[in-house]
Amino acid sequence: MHDILRTFAERVQAAAAARTPLCLRAGGTKDFYGNTPRGEILDPRVWSGIEDYEPSELVMTVRAGTPLAEVEATLAAQDQMLAFEPPHFGAGATLGGCVAAGIAGPRRASSGYTYGSLRDFVLGTRLLDGHGRLLRCGGTVMKNVAGYDVSRVLAGSLGVLGLIVDVSIKVLPRPRAEATLQFECDEPTALDRLNDWGGEPLPLSASAWQDGCLRLRLSGSEAGVRSAVLRLGGERLPEAVAQAYWQDVREQSLPFFAGNTPLWRIAVPSTAEPLALEGAMQVEWGGGQRWLRSDLPAADIRARAQALGGHATLFRGGDRGQGVFTPLSPALHAIHQRLKAEFDPAGVFNPGRLIRDL
Amino acid sequence: MDDSAVIESRPEVIDGLRRLLPARALLVAAEDTRPYECDGLTLIRQRPMAVALPETEAQVVAILKLCHAHQVPVVPRGAGTGLAGSALPHAGGVLLSLAKFNRILGVDRRGRTATVQPGVRNLAISEAAAPFGLYYAPDPSSQIACTIGGNVAENSGGVHCLKYGLTLHNVLRVRGYTSAGEPVEFGSLAPDAAGLDLLALVIGSEGMLALTTEVTVRLVPRPTVARCLMASFADVGDAGDAVAALIAAGIIPAGLEMMDQAATRLVEPFAKAGYDLEAAAVLLCESDGTVDEVEAEIAHMSQVLRDARATRLQVSTSEAERLTFWAGRKNAFPAAGRAAPAYYCTDGTIPRKHIGQMLKSIQAMEQRFGLACPNVFHAGDGNLHPLVLFDDSDPDSVARAEAFGAEILEESVRLGGTVTGEHGVGVEKLNQMCSQFDRATLDAFLGVKRAFDPAGTLNPGKVIPSLHRCAEYGRQRVTGGAVSFPDLPRF
Repeated sequence: MHDILRTFAERVQAAAAARTPLCLRAGGTKDFYGNTPRGEILDPRVWSGIEDYEPSELVMTVRAGTPLAEVEATLAAQDQMLAFEPPHFGAGATLGGCVAAGIAGPRRASSGYTYGSLRDFVLGTRLLDGHGRLLRCGGTVMKNVAGYDVSRVLAGSLGVLGLIVDVSIKVLPRPRAEATLQFECDEPTALDRLNDWGGEPLPLSASAWQDGCLRLRLSGSEAGVRSAVLRLGGERLPEAVAQAYWQDVREQSLPFFAGNTPLWRIAVPSTAEPLALEGAMQVEWGGGQRWLRSDLPAADIRARAQALGGHATLFRGGDRGQGVFTPLSPALHAIHQRLKAEFDPAGVFNPGRLIRDL
Repeated sequence: MDDSAVIESRPEVIDGLRRLLPARALLVAAEDTRPYECDGLTLIRQRPMAVALPETEAQVVAILKLCHAHQVPVVPRGAGTGLAGSALPHAGGVLLSLAKFNRILGVDRRGRTATVQPGVRNLAISEAAAPFGLYYAPDPSSQIACTIGGNVAENSGGVHCLKYGLTLHNVLRVRGYTSAGEPVEFGSLAPDAAGLDLLALVIGSEGMLALTTEVTVRLVPRPTVARCLMASFADVGDAGDAVAALIAAGIIPAGLEMMDQAATRLVEPFAKAGYDLEAAAVLLCESDGTVDEVEAEIAHMSQVLRDARATRLQVSTSEAERLTFWAGRKNAFPAAGRAAPAYYCTDGTIPRKHIGQMLKSIQAMEQRFGLACPNVFHAGDGNLHPLVLFDDSDPDSVARAEAFGAEILEESVRLGGTVTGEHGVGVEKLNQMCSQFDRATLDAFLGVKRAFDPAGTLNPGKVIPSLHRCAEYGRQRVTGGAVSFPDLPRF
């Protein structure tokens, strides 16, 4: 074991022996997300750097403390990218934090697998668990069904199973062409169009509706984007404007996201009708991700999300004390408890961050 | 090879099953359970105590609860096409066939999903979605027979994974039961679900974590057009380099398959696909999308392949011709079955850059083990399917074939890959799991198993080797040279 990792392992073992919670935290850019962090900070940023990257293998293996910006710049130099377009939410974002948070950006709107969720692109990880064991799950190849897919469970785990040490990620070539189209329409019309277009072979790579305006991004070959632009019509945004817009969507820096009103993320089937809840709305991911600024009681918002076949997360602001995520069914909760007990029996890693009693 | 363990029949369990199931849904007599003694891995066989073919979810739950109460193993089975023995019965257990759960519950055109029972065949989903211009993307070669429940268990792939993903990337939701018979639902029709992403654990868990009774898959729009480019190479190393060159050029082909000369010569009489039989290797490279898109991509691919020393290029000019190009690849296994009394297909995956080196290693192994081994590859993914041809009536030939397969997997691990890309570990690759993973990680896998199935009754003994087994395997490899075949001459 590398000296730095040995230091981490000793720290974890000491914390386990003393039953002292650890808060896994690098740049702290996502402190706002999940239930309130607590515990002594274990900062993985001393474990930084790209371990392996061969563009023709479409795989990059990265130490958890590596700045996300460094990862993206290294990929861009080879005309490649992270397919899930993760938000940074600040200059200090690291790859490990990005994976632990599991949040994908606008590119998740893709109707096929071309781009997608963060977990779709995780190929392997090394994990330091609560026993101080360094586990190596998955690998660096595209197809690998040896053993349980523990690596992908770590995506979005908010660190509750252990410290993600390295991640091997499938990366993709940057699309040769992109175009962003704009349409004036109300929310029901936007949802109708998004679901209609999602069923056509169009290279959709982002969508956002807000305040009477639907914007769509197309990514692919020049010929594919050109024919899709002809098919869809609408007003084409200048590329510089479009890029700035999608970055603002990704980083939640649009005016919609400003202010202190609680921000809810509501994940629903793309065909779900408008939420029709009191508050401002932004619709993303072809209709599957809906942002709501609202002071309504959590119970009302969750009930509406569940009625539509989805779930609601208090993403930013509001009262985190009651738990920001939708509670699990008893059977799933029991599995979560037993998984936590297997990986982190002393309960040292990010206690309560994902599920209040874990 | 038959009945390696004596059936441990337990009358109280059989009686309990008789009370739960109609007579037609329970098989106990040896002649009735024999058809279930193996899956696609025919080298290992074991009859179960009983075969249950439930017709309702209530029966499934009752069987699970009965077996759980009596600590009787339950082994789920779909179509039995799996190649790793994941559905190998347990001598003291119940084989639970989901064959009667074969209904498509709904296709949602606008939502682009299909909700089906686990016994629905992979291809039947795409057939049901076809009127809407949609299809289910993962297409294992066995797709006319294999079921979605089995695909979920194995995280099955196919020839279009590089662009369209594995089962994992195309399944939204799995509903089923724990080994104790409690209902569970993983994933959702929304983009994600609350809590840990347990769906990612259940998919590919080889039926060890939960029993699936309903699956919702994502459907994707069928591309307007697809064309296939066939490229010949004078050297397998050149073909491997060409694969890397395509990816480096920023191309993600819809399919990228390689066959070596032995494989093209094996399948050509059978498939009449027009393969270049003089080439050391042939690449099949598919482009799909709109008409303009495909035309541009085929031109780009052609240029890259020519620069990578392709000796001949041929582009399909019609859908019929494209399917003919693929016919040989998809029928490689049946063709192997025709060429030899038996064949043994393994499933390692390696980094793409080592494809040429791997083919050369396999050629050396052919000499050493005295068996022929044509190769078909999912080259885009680095996923190999060497087909070791052998004579299953000759124990010596069988032993050499098993040793040959094991050595290919060991070589895959040495090259930085994995022992299984899409077929699963089952019982077949338990030994090689000891090479790929350290004990701590294997113990963590056992922890995952306990978290889902504390009693350990759901498909026990698969995927994760015991400490004892790894110790034995390690000893054999040290004393015997390469794996369990010490009498072979080595060089």
